[in-house]
Amino acid sequence: MSRYTPPEQSKAGQVFDIAVVVVAIFVALWLPLKLGLAGAAKSIDALDAKTWEALGQNPTMASIWEKLGYTPETAHDIIQNRFHYVIDWPTLIIMAAVLVGYFVFLFRASDREYRDVINEKFDDK
Amino acid sequence: MTITLEPAIHGDRVSLLRVLGPAHVWALGVGIVLVGEFTGWNFAADKGGALAALIVCWVVGLLYTSVAMIDSEVTSTVAAAGGQYAQAKHIVGPLMAFNVALFLVFAYTMLEVSDAILLGDTIVAKAGVEGLTHNSFIAATIVVLAWLNYRGVLMTLNVNFVITAIAYISIVILFFSVSPWTQGAVLKLNELVTPGNALPYGWIGVIAAFQFGIWYYLGIEGTTQAAEEVRSPARSLPYGTMAGMITLLIAAAMTWYVCASMMPWEYLGITYYPLWDAGKLTGSPLLENLLFVATLLAAMASANGCINDAARAWFSLGRDRYLPTWFSAVHPRYRTPYRSILFLLPIALAFAFIADLNQAITFSILSGVLQYTFMSINIIMFRKKWPLGSIRRGYTHPFHPIPAIVLFCLCVVTFFAIFLGFGSQLIAMVAFYFLISLWFHFYRYKFVRRGDQFTMPWPKPQGY
Repeated sequence: MSRYTPPEQSKAGQVFDIAVVVVAIFVALWLPLKLGLAGAAKSIDALDAKTWEALGQNPTMASIWEKLGYTPETAHDIIQNRFHYVIDWPTLIIMAAVLVGYFVFLFRASDREYRDVINEKFDDK
Repeated sequence: MTITLEPAIHGDRVSLLRVLGPAHVWALGVGIVLVGEFTGWNFAADKGGALAALIVCWVVGLLYTSVAMIDSEVTSTVAAAGGQYAQAKHIVGPLMAFNVALFLVFAYTMLEVSDAILLGDTIVAKAGVEGLTHNSFIAATIVVLAWLNYRGVLMTLNVNFVITAIAYISIVILFFSVSPWTQGAVLKLNELVTPGNALPYGWIGVIAAFQFGIWYYLGIEGTTQAAEEVRSPARSLPYGTMAGMITLLIAAAMTWYVCASMMPWEYLGITYYPLWDAGKLTGSPLLENLLFVATLLAAMASANGCINDAARAWFSLGRDRYLPTWFSAVHPRYRTPYRSILFLLPIALAFAFIADLNQAITFSILSGVLQYTFMSINIIMFRKKWPLGSIRRGYTHPFHPIPAIVLFCLCVVTFFAIFLGFGSQLIAMVAFYFLISLWFHFYRYKFVRRGDQFTMPWPKPQGY
């Protein structure tokens, strides 16, 4: 197998590639933050009676909250801010498909590239 | 081997210095991870309750034991900067290697961001001055640590060894100060973790808690990044990694026991400083101040190690032409990948200012779990392409393929855990990796030399 000689990349091309990677990193990490897609999916189950008992706190727990500087009113939004684990099947299926598709593409495309590497490396010997 | 500290002569190829021993490997791994005991693991209590945080501490410990076993075998055989990146390049292929390097860079850079946010917030909380923000502390942390990394790996990891040891000892001191053998005086586990609140969301909460359970140990695999800089990779890497894992399992168990016995799970799940809070709740100013300082040191050690690891992964991409070769420069005097260090600096700074702590942690965890999924498949391919006896291995891990299967299954569970509450972030991140992979495969790869990527003195892999 003949050795593959890659093209020389110009300085401008290198700068452009760096810019592509930087933009991609910022889009991937910043966009979910900007669109509000990042962060925990929690909501507050509000209670009318804001007492330690109503908040499900025994005397030991209540004394620790107070030691930490909280009252039943200020602790309410912390204690009642809960996850609601409802499995959204369409989203779960999309997530699984995206993950599986990604890994399948990775391994298949990598294998094609790897065969070229091995052929060139060992056919020289 | 002779160690030279003099600058390389102009015209010679300048390489990284082999100056590190097992203690540095331990310091790199534990230094990156120990901050997880000071913040982050406790968000597992938020997702599933206090008992869920303990269950995932053990089960995720099993995941990381598998990671450490697999990593020790592959890295002691493929001893090259870039760690898992170099492994992927030799075992799976270039596109996988490109992705693994990005997993590493994102996992470590976002972990560095989390560390800097923690450090800034801790100082602001301690100061208690109205109007004081964490921004200047975050910027100072990232810039000073980047400078330290720029100046040399030996100094960086010597600093890490000292501050990691102090932070670790503070956990041990706290543990023995609260009389762990008696309940009721300081620790009140029975009254805080009751049958009614131990698992507030049931078993689905336990699965959901896997996401932040990862934070107990995330980064221990970073020991492999030092492969080109340790004097004896075959000995130092397995020894340093395994010792680090044992150290962390002990620290995680002590941390959970003390914190769950001193705080209601709802508070434990949202605080940024569980160990510092535990120190405060003892009523001892000495313990409070010790845990405050230890929180800062743990955050610094972790950020320091993360800069070290992320820069080496980025450097490796440049050296193999996966990215412009400009990144592959080694400093002629300090022998560090200085351009990679400087390039990643503003990225870390930018995200430290726009993300909050649990978002940055989630970004880091996502990249970490993608990498562990790769590792579970990678070891199977490694043993298949080069069976035992066909090449010299520095270390051979036992019970193959059980650790790989355990690791893969736990990764699947963790993906589901991330879906429970942070699913949109997961899809966005995977979409990014998919698109950047298309860019690499169909465009960037044309600049890469084919055969030159395979640098190990191994025979042709079986099946090719």
